[in-house]
Amino acid sequence: MLEEKLIFEQGVPGRIGVDVPAAPAAKSRLGAFKRKAPIGLPCLSEPQVVRHFTRLSQKNYGIDSGLFALGSCTMKHNPRLNEKMARLPGFADIHPLQPVQTVQGALELIDELAHWLKTLTGMPAVAMSPAAGAHGELCGMVAIWSAIQAKGEGATRTRVLVPESAHGTNPATAALLGFTVDPIPADARGRVDLAAFEKKLGPDVAAIMLTNPNTCGLFENDIRKIADLIHAAGGYFYCDGANYNAIAGRVRPADLGVDAMHINLHKTFSTPHGGGGPGSGPVVLSALLAPYAPLPYVVHGANGFALVETATGAAKPFGRLKAFNGQMGMFVRALAYMLSHGADGIRQASTDAVLNANYILARLRDVMSPAFDGGPCMHEALFDDTFLKDTGISTLDFAKAMIDEGYHPMTMYFPLVVHGAMLVEPTESESKESLDAFIDTLRYLAVEARKPGAAAWFQAAPRLTPRRRLDETRAARAPVLRWKPPVKTAQAAE
Amino acid sequence: MRYLPHTAEDRQAMLATIGFANDEALFVDVPAHARLSGPVAGLSLTKSEIEVERHLQALAAKNRPAGSMASFLGCGAYRHHVPASVDYIIQRGEFLTSYTPYQPEIAQGTLQYLFEFQTQVALLTGMEVANASMYDAATSCVEAVMMANRITRRGKAILSGALHPHYRETVETHGRFSGFAVEALAPSPDGLKGLAERIDAKTSCVVVQYPNVFGRLEDFSALAAACQKAGALLVCAVPEILSMGAVTPPGDMGADIVVAEGQSIGNPLNFGGPYVGLFAAKEKYVRQMPGRLCGETVDADGKRGWVLTLSTREQHIRREKATSNICTNSGLCALAFTVHLSLLGEQGMAQLAALNHAHASLLADKLGAIKGVELLNDAFFNEFALRLPRDAASVVDALVAKGVLGGVPGGRLWPGNADMANLLIVAATETNTQAEMDLFASALAAELGGVL
Repeated sequence: MLEEKLIFEQGVPGRIGVDVPAAPAAKSRLGAFKRKAPIGLPCLSEPQVVRHFTRLSQKNYGIDSGLFALGSCTMKHNPRLNEKMARLPGFADIHPLQPVQTVQGALELIDELAHWLKTLTGMPAVAMSPAAGAHGELCGMVAIWSAIQAKGEGATRTRVLVPESAHGTNPATAALLGFTVDPIPADARGRVDLAAFEKKLGPDVAAIMLTNPNTCGLFENDIRKIADLIHAAGGYFYCDGANYNAIAGRVRPADLGVDAMHINLHKTFSTPHGGGGPGSGPVVLSALLAPYAPLPYVVHGANGFALVETATGAAKPFGRLKAFNGQMGMFVRALAYMLSHGADGIRQASTDAVLNANYILARLRDVMSPAFDGGPCMHEALFDDTFLKDTGISTLDFAKAMIDEGYHPMTMYFPLVVHGAMLVEPTESESKESLDAFIDTLRYLAVEARKPGAAAWFQAAPRLTPRRRLDETRAARAPVLRWKPPVKTAQAAE
Repeated sequence: MRYLPHTAEDRQAMLATIGFANDEALFVDVPAHARLSGPVAGLSLTKSEIEVERHLQALAAKNRPAGSMASFLGCGAYRHHVPASVDYIIQRGEFLTSYTPYQPEIAQGTLQYLFEFQTQVALLTGMEVANASMYDAATSCVEAVMMANRITRRGKAILSGALHPHYRETVETHGRFSGFAVEALAPSPDGLKGLAERIDAKTSCVVVQYPNVFGRLEDFSALAAACQKAGALLVCAVPEILSMGAVTPPGDMGADIVVAEGQSIGNPLNFGGPYVGLFAAKEKYVRQMPGRLCGETVDADGKRGWVLTLSTREQHIRREKATSNICTNSGLCALAFTVHLSLLGEQGMAQLAALNHAHASLLADKLGAIKGVELLNDAFFNEFALRLPRDAASVVDALVAKGVLGGVPGGRLWPGNADMANLLIVAATETNTQAEMDLFASALAAELGGVL
C-alpha cells in the first residue's frame, strides 16, 4: 500500500483547493488585530486533498466493510436514507437562532422524535439536548441531583451505587456531581449481587446507576426488586441505556421502575458513529424528575411549536447543557430509522440482535469459554480467556488475529469483572450466512490457538494491515500530538 | 423489513441451534409483567423508503432554510459555503461507518486525520497542543473551566459579560452541580470591563470571548498577564474559527486554554448541532486535557503510525477519578473540518476570511447609515452589533416577510434584559451577495422608517 504523508508534508505554496471569490473593496475594521504571521497551513489542490482523504479512508474498517463485533458499541447497518434526509436543506441549512415561526418543521420533528422515545420507553418526559451517551448520563444524574436538592437532602444523600461492571462513564459522571462512588460487586451469575446491594442501602444513598441489559450481556433479572429497594430507601434508579437496543420494543423501561435513562441514538437508532462521533443522548425521565429537565425544550401551544429557553411555570430546569437546540442532524437520522422500522420493526430488530448473539454463543460454546452460561444472553455474547489458558496467547493476540481474517475484533478486557473479557455484539444487521462465516473463523482461530507453537503466530498478528502492532507505550511516554515543521539542518547543527 | 436480513426459516433454524422453541425464550430473564406481547401501541408500523422520505420532506418543507432567504445570523453558528468534496469524503463508508479507533491497525485513516486535525487546531489558535475534538464550544468551555480548576486547585471562574450566553449558561449549570463558583458579569459589548479587578486568590480562570458575542475584537493580553500574576488561567472562547484567517490568534495574546466552535469550517448549520468543539492548550497542561488525543508512534516494523494515547486520564481507565466523563468526540465533524481546511490551506483561509470581513464591513456601513441605527463596534471580523430604536425581536420577525433573516435580536440571547432588547447582532459571510445586503438595508430602513 502507498504510504500517505501528512497533509503538512504535501503542500506547495501557491496551490489552493478552493477558489474564493475576490473580496470587494471595503474599509478594514480589523485594526490592531490584523494577523501578522502566517498560520502555517499547507497549500494543496482539490484533487490532492480528495486523493489524500480517499487513501486514508482505505486504511479504515467500517460497518460497510464487514462485521464489526465491537461489543457495547453497536455497530449496525447505517442506512443511507438517513444521511439523505439529514441533508435536506430544511434540516441542514437552518440556523439555531432563526425566528421560531421559520423553523416549525424542525420543532415538530423534535417533538415527534420525543413522542417515539417516550412511547417506546413508557416514560412521561424526555430531555433532548444531550450530545452523547455520557452527556445524557450527566443530564439524568443532574435531574436526580436536582430532585434531591429540592427535597432538602443534598447534604445527606451523597453516595451513588455503581456496579463494578458499569461503563467507566458511570462512576465518572457520579463523581463529577460530587457523589461518592460505591461499587457493587457482581455475583456468580454476572448480575448485581443482590445481598451486597441491600447491605449498601441507606439514607445516604442518592441513586444506583445500573446498566440493563448489563455489560456482561445479561438482563438483570432482579431489576424490579432493585428498583423497589432503591425507591424504598429514598434513592433514584438511573439506568444506563447504552444497551437499550437489546430490548427496544420488547420491554418498556418504565415498567422496570427506571427514573432516568439515556438513549444513545447513535447506537439504538443507528446514526453513524463516524470514527467516534458525533453522538446524541436524549434522556427519558419519570414524572418525579420531569420538572428538572434541562433547557431548552419544545412545547406545542396555540400558535404552533415553541422553544422554551427560560424557566416558566412549574418547571425547575437545571439549566443548559450545551449551546442551541440539541443534535438536530442526529435527530433526523434517528427518526428516519424509527419510521423505517416502525414499532413492529424495532421489536423485530431487538429480537434479531438477541437471537444473533445467542446463536454465536451456542455455536462457540464448545471451543471458546462463555463467561456466564446459565441462560440466554442478550444482544452481546461474553467470553473469557479460559479457552486460551496455557497457550501463551492473550485476548489481545486473539483479537489481532481476527483482523487478518477480515473482521473488526470484539471489545476486549471489558467488562472488568471477567478475566480477559471478549464481548461480541453482532447486531441485527448480520445475516445467518455472515454469522456462520464469522463463527467459522473464530472456531478456526480457537482451534489453532491450542496447537503447539501457535503463540508466536498469534503474537505477530496482524500481518495484512497497513500497520502492524503499534507501540502504545511509546506514544504515551513521549507524546507527539501534532506535526511540527522539520528543523532545518543549519539550525539543527547549531 | 429491508434492514433485517433474516427470513422466517433463518430464525427457526437459529432458534433450533440454540435449543429454544421460540423468541420468547430469548427474553426469559425479563420479569413477566414487563414483557410486551406485541409492538408498542400508538406508533406507526414499518414504512417503505418512499414513505419515510415523503414524511420527512413534508417536515423539512415547514422550515425556511437560511439559503432560501437573505440570512445574516451568527452568534456562534455561521452559514458558510462547504465545498462539494467535503461531503463526498465524509460520506465514504470507511469514515462514516467506522467507530472510535480502538483497533489502530485498521483505523489508521481515522487516526491520521485526527492527528492532522489536532495540528490544524493548534496552528489556528496559536497554541501548542489540541485534542481530537469535543461536542461543541459551550461544552468545551465547561471542560476548560474544570481543567483550570484542576491545574490551579482553585474553584472560581470569572466569565466575561461578552461571553455567549449559551456558553455562560452551560458553565453556570455545571458550576451549580459540580460545586465550583461562577461569577458572570452582566452582558456588555465591552467584554473586558471589570474582569481584572475581580481576580483573587480563589480565581482559577477568567473566560473571555474573541471575537466576543457582540462581534468585537478585544485585546486581552493585559488581562492574560494579570491572570498569570495571580496564578489564574486565561481561557479564550472563539465562536467563529474562520476569524483566525484574519486576526491575531488568542495564543499570541497569552491565552492558556483556547476553546472554539469549529462548525464554520466544513459543517452546516444543522439547527445547532452536531457541531465540533475545539480545545487547545499550552503543552505543559496536556495531561490535564479532557477528551481523546491521537499520538504518533511506530509499529512493529518501525513504520510511523498513530494511536489514541494518554488515556490514563480518561473515564474508561480512571473511572471515578477521571478528569472528565466525556467519551464520544465529534469525529465525523472533525473530519469535515480537516478536509475543508485542507482545501482552503494558508491562502484560502486568508482569502475567505478577507471576503467575510469585507462583506461585514460593507454591511456595517449600509446598516449603520440608517437613521436611528447605531453601530456599536469598532474592531470586528464578520459580525457586529447594532442598537435599534426599538425592540429588535419585533424587527427581526417583521423582516421575515420581506425575505430577510435579519440577525439575532438581543431579546433572544438575554430574555428579560431590557438593556439588551434593542440590540441586533448581525453577521455577514461569503454566502451573502451584494443584492442580499442591499435588500437587508432597504428592508431594515423601511421597517424602522415606518415607526420613527
